[in-house]
Amino acid sequence: MTKIHVTTTINGEPEEFLCDPNETMLDALRNRLGLTGAKEGCATGDCGACSITLDGTLVCACLMLAAESDGHEITTIEGMAEGENLHPLQTKFLESAALQCGICTPGFLIAAKALLDENPDPTETEVRFWLAGNLCRCTGYDKIIRAVMDTAAEMREAAQ
Amino acid sequence: MTNIQYLAPATLDEAVRAFAAAEGAARILAGGTDLLVQMQSGFAKPGMIVDVKKIPELMAIEETAGGGFIVGAAVSGATLERHPTFGKIWPGALEALNLIGSTQVQGRASFGGNLCNGSPAADSVPGLVAAGATVTIQGPNGRRELAVEDVPAGPGKTNLAPGEIAVSFTFPAHPAHSGDAYLRMIPRTEMDIAVVGCGVFLTMDGETCTAARVALGAVAPTVRRVPDAEAALIGSHLDDAALETAAAACRAACNPIDDKRGTIAYRTSVAGVLLKRTVAIAAERAAQA
Ligand SMILES: Cc1cc2nc3c(=O)[nH]c(=O)nc-3n(C[C@H](O)[C@H](O)[C@H](O)COP(=O)(O)OP(=O)(O)OC[C@H]3O[C@@H](n4cnc5c(N)ncnc54)[C@H](O)[C@@H]3O)c2cc1C
Ligand code: FES
Ligand code: FES
Repeated sequence: MTKIHVTTTINGEPEEFLCDPNETMLDALRNRLGLTGAKEGCATGDCGACSITLDGTLVCACLMLAAESDGHEITTIEGMAEGENLHPLQTKFLESAALQCGICTPGFLIAAKALLDENPDPTETEVRFWLAGNLCRCTGYDKIIRAVMDTAAEMREAAQ
Repeated sequence: MTNIQYLAPATLDEAVRAFAAAEGAARILAGGTDLLVQMQSGFAKPGMIVDVKKIPELMAIEETAGGGFIVGAAVSGATLERHPTFGKIWPGALEALNLIGSTQVQGRASFGGNLCNGSPAADSVPGLVAAGATVTIQGPNGRRELAVEDVPAGPGKTNLAPGEIAVSFTFPAHPAHSGDAYLRMIPRTEMDIAVVGCGVFLTMDGETCTAARVALGAVAPTVRRVPDAEAALIGSHLDDAALETAAAACRAACNPIDDKRGTIAYRTSVAGVLLKRTVAIAAERAAQA
């Protein structure tokens, strides 16, 4: 199959790769670029484990072709911490045990960050609806929702 | 896997030419939230994928005179949500599009993909029909325009001819004291397929309803408009008797499937209930507009 040459930006860094025309962004990230933070839970858009942002908008990497990233900006969980400094959401998830096996965690973190970037003061209902496309088989969700609410409150305080 | 091609043309002419030349082997890619799922399962095996998101006309949002809009067929729900005025003027059409899937799915899902995928339960389609939207279509034989309700032809089928691409949706001017709304019934609160979807548009003159459009989803092989329900609302004060007549017309318009989400009797009964609830929201919006 003729490969497609893609020039894109991933976590702020220019990136080039070759991919198959029908290859998903998730497969390209994981298998070609060594970015295995985004997980494949379902490959059909239902679980959110593959969440990334495309030009700042939250999307499922499993429902996007790698070729579509040409000329666009992708962010993945690998771009969330700044060096050794975890993002406040990452710290809070660890502190409040908002994860168990961790498979869903990169997706929840990317999705939660996209929410707080847009709305620093969401209600619990808004958080629950925003994260409805992220499934977790372990935590029962409550700790995750509380971690997002608590982080939002702390980030608002820090911003004052 | 056989050879497959990915094209992302920058003009509509190029897209139509490539799409038509591939003679049925090609699929249009908008947000991919239906197409990629179908490719993953092996249900769709396109020889060519024509990504239409680099074509400016399919990605544009233009406000026209009197609250009308032209919305590109591939504009995502997330993009339309961020538009400063669309959701204020057409909240029902916007909520119908953004009931689709999760935040992630809304980041990509488009009116064009929802309509052209041909699901009887497509959420945005009753919203578009209630809004009175038309769709501009371009194909090898030029351009034409269809009312949105004339596009679905059955589950997975549309009246688009081979090689035709949906370009944009035209929302008419929005008369004073008008409002639209969309409600759906699903067994869960999020991430499910409609058991019934109901779109309503109303224009009021004081207490009297002077214009109405009603569309139902998920209760027949295609989304359908319900002229008898519209007739019952027009000229009324949206009183209980008129609402019950309109609800009965909605129940009569139902020819649903029987599945795990809802029996025939349940879907039919819910269609009447949703009509009343959706009218109430549209009327409240009309009063404020
Ligand atoms: C997890 C999940 C949840 C979902 N929930 C819902 C839901 O609640 N309600 C609902 O209605 N749908 C739902 N869907 C289905 C889907 O998201 C919608 O139908 C969406 O609107 C499709 O839009 P798209 O832009 O992604 O289409 P695509 O997948 O790009 O295209 C869909 C089909 O239309 C064709 N097409 C696309 N654009 C054009 C065009 N401009 N001209 C001609 N043909 C075109 C494509 O070839 C394809 O056959 C869900 C999907 C997922 C994965
Ligand atoms: S792997 Fe993409 S949503 Fe589940
Ligand atoms: S922590 Fe295991 S799936 Fe969420």
